[in-house]
Amino acid sequence: MQRFHTRNYAWTALILLAFLAIYAMVETGIINPFYKITLVTIMLNIIYAVGLNLILGVAGQFSLGHAGFIAIGAYSAAIVTTRYGVAGLPGLLLGMLVGVIISTIVALLVGIPTLRLKGDYLAIATLGVSEIIRVLINNLRDLTNGPAGISGIPIVTDWWLVFIFLALTTILVLNYVYSSQGRATTAINQNEIAAEAMGVNVTKYKVTAFVLGAITASIGGSLQATYLGIVTPNDYTFNRSIDVLIIVVFGGIGSFTGTFVAATILGILNLVLQDYGQLRMVLYAIALILIMIFRPGGLLGDYEFKFGSMVKQWFNKDKKEGAAS
Amino acid sequence: MNRMKKALTALFAGVTLAAATAGPLVSAQETAKLGANYELTGGAASYGTPMSNATKLAVKQANEAGGVLDGVQLELVEYDNKSDLTETNSVATRLVEEGVVGVVGPATTGDVLSQAPVINKAGVPAIAPAATGDALSIDNNGNLMEYLFRVCFEDTFQGRAAAAHIADNMGIKNVALVVDVGLDYSQGVADAFTEEFESRGGSVVTTESFTSGDTDFSAILSTLAAQEFDALYVPAYYTEVGLFIKQAREMGITQPIIGADGLHSQTLVDLAGAENASDIYYTTHYSNESEDEKVVAFQEAYEAEYGQEPDTFAALAYDATNLMIDAINRAGSTERDAIRQAIAETKDFEGVTGLFTMGEDNTPIKSAIMLKLTNGEVESAEAIAVEY
Amino acid sequence: MQLFMQQLVNGLALGSIYALIALGYTMVYGTIRLINFAHGDIFMMGAFLGYFLIAELEMNLFVAMAIVMVSSAILGMVIERIAYKPLRNSTRVAALITAIGVSYFLQNIMIYFLGPEVQAFPSPIETQVFNVFGIIINTKQILVFVVTILMMLILQLIVNRTKMGTAMRAVASDSEAAQLMGINVNTIISFTFALGSSLAGAAGVLYGIYYNSIAPTMGTAPGLKAFIASVVGGIGSIPGAMVGGYLIGLLETIVTFMGGSMYKDAVVYILLIVILLVLPQGLFGKNTREKV
Repeated sequence: MQRFHTRNYAWTALILLAFLAIYAMVETGIINPFYKITLVTIMLNIIYAVGLNLILGVAGQFSLGHAGFIAIGAYSAAIVTTRYGVAGLPGLLLGMLVGVIISTIVALLVGIPTLRLKGDYLAIATLGVSEIIRVLINNLRDLTNGPAGISGIPIVTDWWLVFIFLALTTILVLNYVYSSQGRATTAINQNEIAAEAMGVNVTKYKVTAFVLGAITASIGGSLQATYLGIVTPNDYTFNRSIDVLIIVVFGGIGSFTGTFVAATILGILNLVLQDYGQLRMVLYAIALILIMIFRPGGLLGDYEFKFGSMVKQWFNKDKKEGAAS
Repeated sequence: MNRMKKALTALFAGVTLAAATAGPLVSAQETAKLGANYELTGGAASYGTPMSNATKLAVKQANEAGGVLDGVQLELVEYDNKSDLTETNSVATRLVEEGVVGVVGPATTGDVLSQAPVINKAGVPAIAPAATGDALSIDNNGNLMEYLFRVCFEDTFQGRAAAAHIADNMGIKNVALVVDVGLDYSQGVADAFTEEFESRGGSVVTTESFTSGDTDFSAILSTLAAQEFDALYVPAYYTEVGLFIKQAREMGITQPIIGADGLHSQTLVDLAGAENASDIYYTTHYSNESEDEKVVAFQEAYEAEYGQEPDTFAALAYDATNLMIDAINRAGSTERDAIRQAIAETKDFEGVTGLFTMGEDNTPIKSAIMLKLTNGEVESAEAIAVEY
Repeated sequence: MQLFMQQLVNGLALGSIYALIALGYTMVYGTIRLINFAHGDIFMMGAFLGYFLIAELEMNLFVAMAIVMVSSAILGMVIERIAYKPLRNSTRVAALITAIGVSYFLQNIMIYFLGPEVQAFPSPIETQVFNVFGIIINTKQILVFVVTILMMLILQLIVNRTKMGTAMRAVASDSEAAQLMGINVNTIISFTFALGSSLAGAAGVLYGIYYNSIAPTMGTAPGLKAFIASVVGGIGSIPGAMVGGYLIGLLETIVTFMGGSMYKDAVVYILLIVILLVLPQGLFGKNTREKV
């Protein structure tokens, strides 16, 4: 029990410290509004990518449908806050809840049959689902306002709210990964047949991972909608799924530390490339190809930054030294 | 002597203080930054790119003519927004941070609305060249977003203008409507058209739809060919309508095809083939055949610079940029609020897309003309007067 | 009924283009199990090269098509060598990311040099319209249809009747065993890419002629549809890719005909999902049993 506590305290302290550091930098203007939106974009991308990493890296299921779930979250928040007049933070939270419920239902409906598919077949099926979601959004004009999208969404999200949800979703996902269900999920990824033979309910764990990933994507979408104040269907094409996929692969499939690092590096790269006009995507493409050729396993492979264990070791060392003296 | 010295010191201090607190004052600098936020990559790149070209041309011409405010050179600061809402918001924030006096762009209504909160909060005037969505500058509470302007028609205006013209002047009663369901512009114009057309005794006999990016219209055309109507109304962009016209004519559909300013591009005729581009009408701002010296000069300069004829997007962006430059001159300073004031007070601005005055909702009051193409050439241009 | 038949003709022409791209897709995927996202962009490069040869150099259509096919083949091999070969032993997702990278690169390099706007493709043949029992058919539709069938037959011959084809099939079913049999796997993969890319290039030229419009981003949507076609038909199967292509072309046309044009993409994806669930191997795919 003692061990558990040290770890949790260490992480809580680290999160608080990071929050205070960003808060101080925003207040003093070191992070100006432009860096702030970059920071928010990076944090949102981490929320999406952590969820996808759970699906792809831990459960080993190749999903290309993330954009669909982001869109569900974004539109739920947009519709609840603009149509039903629930303004402010309660509106966002209600919208987020609606998005989470719809995403869960869709993920279950889609996941249970399609997760029987393997590899690229699953990828293409989930891509299809996300395109179907977008086609529906485009055509249900009474609800979604069609291709024009919904604008004038009250802007209630600021960096701190994104930070809080980033911490919450990451804790949710990591706790799942290190729980017994998470271990079972990892077992499926390593050898599905062996896991099944050991009595692991393969479908259940695959679907759970898929649903959790969908939920976090939807939460991120709600935050994005209430940060920008506008949603349009064209913002959720399959390119968005690919962007998230790139973060996960670039960081190292299965490494959550890698996801954080990759999202940050790609966010900064994007910022630098803004200056290059039409050359921007060419440079981005070259960077993508070179990175994958030279680090095919991603930046960090499967390394995890185990802060809790580090602190624990350090404490233990102290204790030992204390005991020795 | 002493008093004199004191007074001088006070005056000097006062001037320095004033210069320091007033921020970007004219006298304090030799260049003024003008921001451009365009879609150079991504889905809307084919609209953002000609706009960016036209803006560069306008700024270059202004600088060659001695800049603004008697010798202040304009520095164009342009970043690409990837046709992405978040990126557009980020670029707008960056432009504001870099101290631009005003922003032109972006192209699509969605991106303009994504930029709107940023520029309104920062108090930077922005002119959107082609964001045609209805009530663009009015927020959900019915308040005017003071810093957001545009130089194009509203969807409603064009739909009504076309409906009035073809019902009253062309004597057309039955129309088949073809809508691009992936395009808000298309749906907005089509809705206004239907309402106005039906109120004038016409009827929309059938509605077909396609999605932006489609190239094969044979299925909807085959269906249309089997029906009776006097004309087709296709408010969409030339990229799709060019092919639509070609395939329609090849399939033997000879009725007039009518559209909106999204068709205004030489590429429309290239795609359709000159032999098919007859009996094509569209509402737009100006005619390429216009004798107006401003239009002629713009077309020649654009072609000399980029090797192609400007389309409607380029023309609108050229006007947006020139309106911004004109407003700086009229404001007599590069102070953002003075520029906003000047844009709002624009009266009888002579642009290539016509003479216009800025309305109370930050949308210009413009007149539309109806062009008729025969064998790919503009045969006639008629002014449309619509009553609201 | 006549209208319905007309729609069938329309669907066949559209399906031919999908089928031609799908043929290349299915071969590449069948051999190295990579969703070659850049395949649609090779199709685009082919269309632009065809445009240059026909419009600027005023070449004969068939000469131009031959040059395009050879150039596309070379382009395909170069891409494979630079971007995919180094990753052959890494995860498949990593290779997929480079494929996306190559796709972005080709698309945006063309945008950088030629601009993102749509360009009109000159018509190298006179369009004649035939009226067969009230059904309108034009020369372009016939050209597209005939070329596609011809290409499929040639491809079928290469794969089933030549030594190279036998080696290709061997690599597709088990590349390690093929290597042990003395087959140079690298050469075979290069050859597969060459063949698949040359078909994509040809499809690009046909697309340009048929639709008269080309743009740097033109490859994305047909590329995806063609991949779906090859999955529906069964990965690795040449007749399967053809059938898949025609099926999707017809389906899109029929859905539009029934008044659901805004839902046609959704219907294609639903077909895909249903087929994957009912027949995971696709219509013509071989049933592979999982080994324990």
